[in-house]
Amino acid sequence: MTNAKAPSERSLIEQFLDDNVLFLGPDPQIMADHSVSTPTAVELAAVDAWQDRSDEVHLIRNRLQTACNESFDMVEQMGAAPGAKWGDLIAGIFSSQGDLALSSAGGVLIFSVLAQHPVKFALKYWKDEPTVGINDGDIFMHNDARYGNIHNTDQSLTLPVFHNGEIVCFVGSIVHEGENGACEPGGMPGGAESPYDEGLKMPPLKVGENFEFRKDLLTFLQNSVREPKLQMEGMKSKLHACLRIKKRAEEVIRDYGIEAFMATIRGTLTDTEAEVRRRLQTWPNGKVLTNVFADSTLRENVLIKIRCEVSKQNDELIIDLRGSSPEFLNRANNTVLASMKGMLAQLFLMFIWPDLPRNQAVFAPITVLTDPGSALNCSPEAPNAQSMMTFFPAFTAVQNAVPKLLFAAGFRSTDIVACWYNMITTFVYGGFNQHQEFVGNVCADLNGMGGAARATRDGEHSVAPIFASMADIGEQELIEEEVPMMKLVPHKVMVDNCGFGKQRGGHGYQQIVTHKDTDAWGYMVNSIGAKFPSTYGIFGGYAPGCYPLCKVKDVNVFDVMKDSRDLMRFTIEDIMNEQPFPDATYSAHHAGLQFELAEQGELYMITQGGGGGYGDVLERDPADIAKDWADGIVSKKTIETIYFVVMDYNTGALNKEATEAARAAERKARLARAKPYKEFAAEWTKDKPPANVPYYGSWDDPTVLYLGTPDKTCPADAIEPVMMPDPKDVEIAALKAELKALKA
Amino acid sequence: MSGKKAMSAENGKMDLSGVTIEDGKVAITEYLSIDLDKETWHCRRCDQNLGSARGPYKEALVVYEREPSEIHDPVIDPEKYAFTYAPDPDWCRIIEYYCPQCATQVEVEYLPPGHPLTLNDLVLDIDSLKARHAGGEA
Ligand SMILES: [Zn+2]
Repeated sequence: MTNAKAPSERSLIEQFLDDNVLFLGPDPQIMADHSVSTPTAVELAAVDAWQDRSDEVHLIRNRLQTACNESFDMVEQMGAAPGAKWGDLIAGIFSSQGDLALSSAGGVLIFSVLAQHPVKFALKYWKDEPTVGINDGDIFMHNDARYGNIHNTDQSLTLPVFHNGEIVCFVGSIVHEGENGACEPGGMPGGAESPYDEGLKMPPLKVGENFEFRKDLLTFLQNSVREPKLQMEGMKSKLHACLRIKKRAEEVIRDYGIEAFMATIRGTLTDTEAEVRRRLQTWPNGKVLTNVFADSTLRENVLIKIRCEVSKQNDELIIDLRGSSPEFLNRANNTVLASMKGMLAQLFLMFIWPDLPRNQAVFAPITVLTDPGSALNCSPEAPNAQSMMTFFPAFTAVQNAVPKLLFAAGFRSTDIVACWYNMITTFVYGGFNQHQEFVGNVCADLNGMGGAARATRDGEHSVAPIFASMADIGEQELIEEEVPMMKLVPHKVMVDNCGFGKQRGGHGYQQIVTHKDTDAWGYMVNSIGAKFPSTYGIFGGYAPGCYPLCKVKDVNVFDVMKDSRDLMRFTIEDIMNEQPFPDATYSAHHAGLQFELAEQGELYMITQGGGGGYGDVLERDPADIAKDWADGIVSKKTIETIYFVVMDYNTGALNKEATEAARAAERKARLARAKPYKEFAAEWTKDKPPANVPYYGSWDDPTVLYLGTPDKTCPADAIEPVMMPDPKDVEIAALKAELKALKA
Repeated sequence: MSGKKAMSAENGKMDLSGVTIEDGKVAITEYLSIDLDKETWHCRRCDQNLGSARGPYKEALVVYEREPSEIHDPVIDPEKYAFTYAPDPDWCRIIEYYCPQCATQVEVEYLPPGHPLTLNDLVLDIDSLKARHAGGEA
């Protein structure tokens, strides 16, 4: 059989296919393109007419920006989802073609590059579709990440805004709603083995007309999730926030005219892109290469390479992630390319140019290259509910690379920053709460990621997530009103929990959790980095360490402590090393826990990670060490064997001369133990990945990907998807083999 | 939008106010600078010449492989538990790069055992860097 067909025959087939579309999947063109749409003639005329009136345009932009912020606040105040309450959302205004031009200053800025796709889909497929259409008063929603989103737990809602019968813009809001009816509660199923385990999957969908939800569709959506009340409440709060931005946009049109409004929306996109290009122009031209390793699919430990080459040429930046790991067809840690682009855009919006408007034009001069079918650009049949487990490491790879170009840039609007802690370390929960309601969601204290060190100061403790510049961790007392979890140790900063350096990373906190007053309650944890650190330092600074999940099972601490409260310890270290509860089972695991029912009074313990360090530890100001010692966040061992500072631990007084001598001796020791590069490299470098580590991705050559063993490879441009066995089957097989050996 | 622009529209000159020039060398990272006349990398702490700026500076450094638990204490007893706060040495090693003269720790890499070192972690276009600084705007 041959693929070659006569031109007339081919066009006949194409015509037939065009006329008989059986299924509309995500549009590849919309999903691949993150550039700003070509301006319409009307927009160009508007920009042209207003080009000398920048003061008025600035005023209009600020009014619209305030409207976005106002709507953000509305969702935050009204929303019932933990994600909404603690700022995991944005609200914004899109151009008539669906480009996000302005969004709320706070919240999850990833969305600012991701919100456009469902709007563009609706414009392309629904506007002229007689059975759907886009009319004044219509309400559109979506959640399927394959149509543009971070993950399916986020739900978007958009409204078209009309003027004289024409669409002049869209307004929208996206919120991390949580529960979405997946195979595990809470909306982020690490156990999903296919997209069909991921719960609700709305493509862009008209859910209401005349500014009201259709009751039948609302009922369908509520029936699709474990928290039907939350589903309705989330939809209503997003709708009313969008109606507010719509009202504000209409007020601007009334006060300044439609031309001024169009000139502002389009001009904001054009000006933002032009300014990004001007800023990039001041960076030195060159290439930076970095390698990052994710150590888990959340179900099993594997080494997942993220290879990242960042090239800057004049006013363009190319992020080349080819050579990274293949996709895992039955694991949830793959990302849709657009989702990862959103995450990479966050880096520029939050850490590099936080002074620019929050819109998608910031990312327009940046090109992202990936291998199709890799974990960073997965196929539609690969689950992506935990895309964060590969796109956070990809973010870290770029965050690790950029300082090497930004340090010598002519223009900067931030300090040089090392790598932020990059994992959502918290508990996802599910079960019947103390009010006998079934609930499933995530604790917002994942937002307390340790900040990275900067060139001029230490990182801040548990300050903000990498995906939102402003977000809260929630009040423990409020959380306890809704769920039966008790955080015996809620947010305790841990000693040495940061990347060491001239400037150290900010620390993360440890949490010790249990529950009571329910017979059906369970936990999930979604973090990697228990064998290989998930984030890094820069310019000689160290990474933070690794983070296990610890459990104390077969105990009810409420019972055993009833008459002996002294049994309780207030750090994971003391509980795990002293094992104070008699007859309990103590264990440590990687921090990818699929939903697991627990008994009342059992302890689940996790540690929020710290930020990466900046610069050589021997350059850390001894006075900063004395302060860290006084604050109880650095150990004697670290002071003496890493920082080489000599001090009086009782008074905090520094011994300057002894410190200088200790540091001079360590410098000598460094030179004595190190080898010249070429000699070291010759001894160190191996041809292939180690046989005792399941390794995925390229080794030295980015065009060849390893598939878990040193002997199995595939070309990077023809990736074989990876299928992983069930970890329980692996364990059963090992136990059977052990049994057989014992019987023999 | 920020009032501060990276390039002034009036004269078309690039804003180089963020660049540090010391002893005639352009600071490239916390510990590296480039002498544009001689086209050489230098240590910013001791001025040690680290080779051609058109090649990898790392080849001029000295290197040490660090057992990760020396930096990242296990915290919980490794005899009792399979996972601790220290990286697994079968999976992860720390590679430290020092200046051969003053021993400043210029770079650190976390790599699986035997993984090729990231030699070309920073390759700059020296001609365009020279052109950037030829106008003397800095
Ligand atoms: Zn030096």
